[in-house]
Amino acid sequence: MKRYTIFVITENFIGILNRITIIFTRRGINIDALTASESRLEGIHRITIEVTATEESVIQLVNQIEKIIDVIKAFYHEDDSVVYQEIALYKIPVSRLDSGLEKIIRQHNAKIIAAEPDFVVLELSGHKEQTQELLEILKTYGLLEFARSGRVAVAKRMLTIDSFVK
Amino acid sequence: MIRGADIVVRSLIAENADIIFGYPGGAIMPVYDALHDYHDELRHVLTRHEQGAIHAAQGYARVSGKVGVCIATSGPGATNLITGLADAQIDSTPLVCITGQVASHLLGTDAFQETDVVGISMPGTKWNIQVRRVEDIAPAIAKGFYIAKSGRPGPVLIDITKDAQTDFGDFNYSKCLGFRSYRTHIPIEKSAIQEAAFLINMAKRPYVLFGQGVVLGQAENELKAFLDKSGIPAASTLLGSGALSEDHPNYVGKLGMHGNYAPNLLTNQCDVLIAVGMRFDDRVTGDLKRYAKQAKVIHLELDPAEINKIVKCEVAVLGSCKDSLSLLTDAVNVNAYPDWMSKFQELTDEENATVIQPDLKPTKAGLTMGEVIHQINQYKADDAILVTDVGQHQMIAWRYFNYKKPRTQVTSGGLGTMGFALPAALGAQMYDFSRQVVCVVGDGGIQMTIQELGTIMQTKAPVKIVLLNNNFLGMVRQWQQMFFDKRYSFTELDNPDFIKIAEAYNIRAQKVTERGDLQEAIEDMLIHDGPYFLEVVVEKEDNVFPMIATGCSVEEVRLS
Repeated sequence: MKRYTIFVITENFIGILNRITIIFTRRGINIDALTASESRLEGIHRITIEVTATEESVIQLVNQIEKIIDVIKAFYHEDDSVVYQEIALYKIPVSRLDSGLEKIIRQHNAKIIAAEPDFVVLELSGHKEQTQELLEILKTYGLLEFARSGRVAVAKRMLTIDSFVK
Repeated sequence: MIRGADIVVRSLIAENADIIFGYPGGAIMPVYDALHDYHDELRHVLTRHEQGAIHAAQGYARVSGKVGVCIATSGPGATNLITGLADAQIDSTPLVCITGQVASHLLGTDAFQETDVVGISMPGTKWNIQVRRVEDIAPAIAKGFYIAKSGRPGPVLIDITKDAQTDFGDFNYSKCLGFRSYRTHIPIEKSAIQEAAFLINMAKRPYVLFGQGVVLGQAENELKAFLDKSGIPAASTLLGSGALSEDHPNYVGKLGMHGNYAPNLLTNQCDVLIAVGMRFDDRVTGDLKRYAKQAKVIHLELDPAEINKIVKCEVAVLGSCKDSLSLLTDAVNVNAYPDWMSKFQELTDEENATVIQPDLKPTKAGLTMGEVIHQINQYKADDAILVTDVGQHQMIAWRYFNYKKPRTQVTSGGLGTMGFALPAALGAQMYDFSRQVVCVVGDGGIQMTIQELGTIMQTKAPVKIVLLNNNFLGMVRQWQQMFFDKRYSFTELDNPDFIKIAEAYNIRAQKVTERGDLQEAIEDMLIHDGPYFLEVVVEKEDNVFPMIATGCSVEEVRLS
């Protein structure tokens, strides 16, 4: 079992995400994270799916995803052939802000993106290990709320999707 | 400007649909109103249940090669289609199903007869869509027909809200010719043909397994030409039957759990295995860990997702087998394998002596299912269509029916849907009243859709129904006998008087309980002008052999 990133290039039609996730459900494979956004081409969406599975099952998933009528192309990559990033938000009570926390924020390159009378919101982008490390520390600072995005990723190879979109 | 409902009907006509199967209801009533104006161009068959409508459309599609069309209302009408959709999806049958839906302003409010049929049918359709605006109806139907019949065929569902049916819009129909996310033509890779030909030309014991892909790809002639030249023995899957005449000298029999002895056993002795338009169903492979491990596998297949799905192949030839078979025929040597063929013959002789002869010409008192099929063979036309349900009778009828022409086999293969046969036979017969359609069915399955006798009565479709009655759910009983210590848990049936039922539907009916009456009854049935119901009371506890038991390897196929 390994971590893989699956890219799905698809028409932006209602229900397409459902059709894709059904394929994972049928095979009993859990989706670790999923993000969807418009691609740089109008009307075409890209969905990024992170799974932990064997390569053999990922190949079959990709084949079956590509079989969906409105899917243009699907690829899979191992972690070292994609550049990826996740974003995490941490909500901390103002009462716990002190110089120790300020040091931690600096060390992790986190940013304060909102300051309210009762709380501040920190933001950190990076790989899961990095955002997780900060999470563990902030738990000792009365962390009120935490949210982490799925992975957004681009492939390292130079191939573009234009050739699949006539 | 015309009504959306008229657009639905005129779109179907523009796609050359000439017959549709359906059942009316609230949310589809505008379309039924429109159908009233197009009697001459589009025939509608009113079934007695929506499941009957979709199985009839499947039977029609399988025999005609055209897209089967069925129509139902929202809610329960739509959910009653689901079994047929799943069946058509797994057996690659082209269908367009149109369902009515509540008006768009009521969507998502739990309105009367509202159900999320697009959501429910998603895993069981090749494609589906909900249409909420009149201007989207014709493009959706055009796209639906294109998707249903192109590539690997499959079922499509188009859900149309009631307001879209009653609104007015322009009608300029243009057929769908393709779109960017969907590739239907795969050019054959020349290098794959060369690699495949190299393996075949080197082989000592090559072996062809062919499936329904040959029929769907209309590659029957190409398969025959390939076998004629290469001299390779060939066996059929359940749905491949009919793709090659059983009289062909290279034909060695049938694959699968209840297929023939030699074709199953020798799968583990071939050196090159050429799979043509088949998908290595578990009923064909038995235990995968012990399936054809000695062979180099060449897979001729249209659907990329089937490659290496079950059996890893040495060479994948992607694309229509009509194209790949003809290229491969050019590339292989003229050859013959007399020693290899004689192995098949030896084992076939063994099966013949221990299973086939006792089945077809029994000496015991009770009638066998096999002898009924044997008698049908004596009197049937070459192009007679055999429609079967699911269970013992299905396997026996398939084993012994003499297939000579393509598209003469209609059965529920992948899904194993009991209740399929009667409506599917009706649909097959509606395609052509002049063809013999023989519907072989068991006493369990027929009672799942027996209401369609009403549709047969109303259409006067001359279907010949052969009920093989053993007063048991025979296949389940066989398993209980073999694998569950003969604990017959809920498999014995107290059956009604089937003859009275058939006669109540005004269908000529006859019951045979003695061997001496069988031949004449079958002759009577096949020459009768109109529907006919023949009940044959067969031995209660006969078993189907050969058999590859679950978990066993193909070489462990048993004769008893």
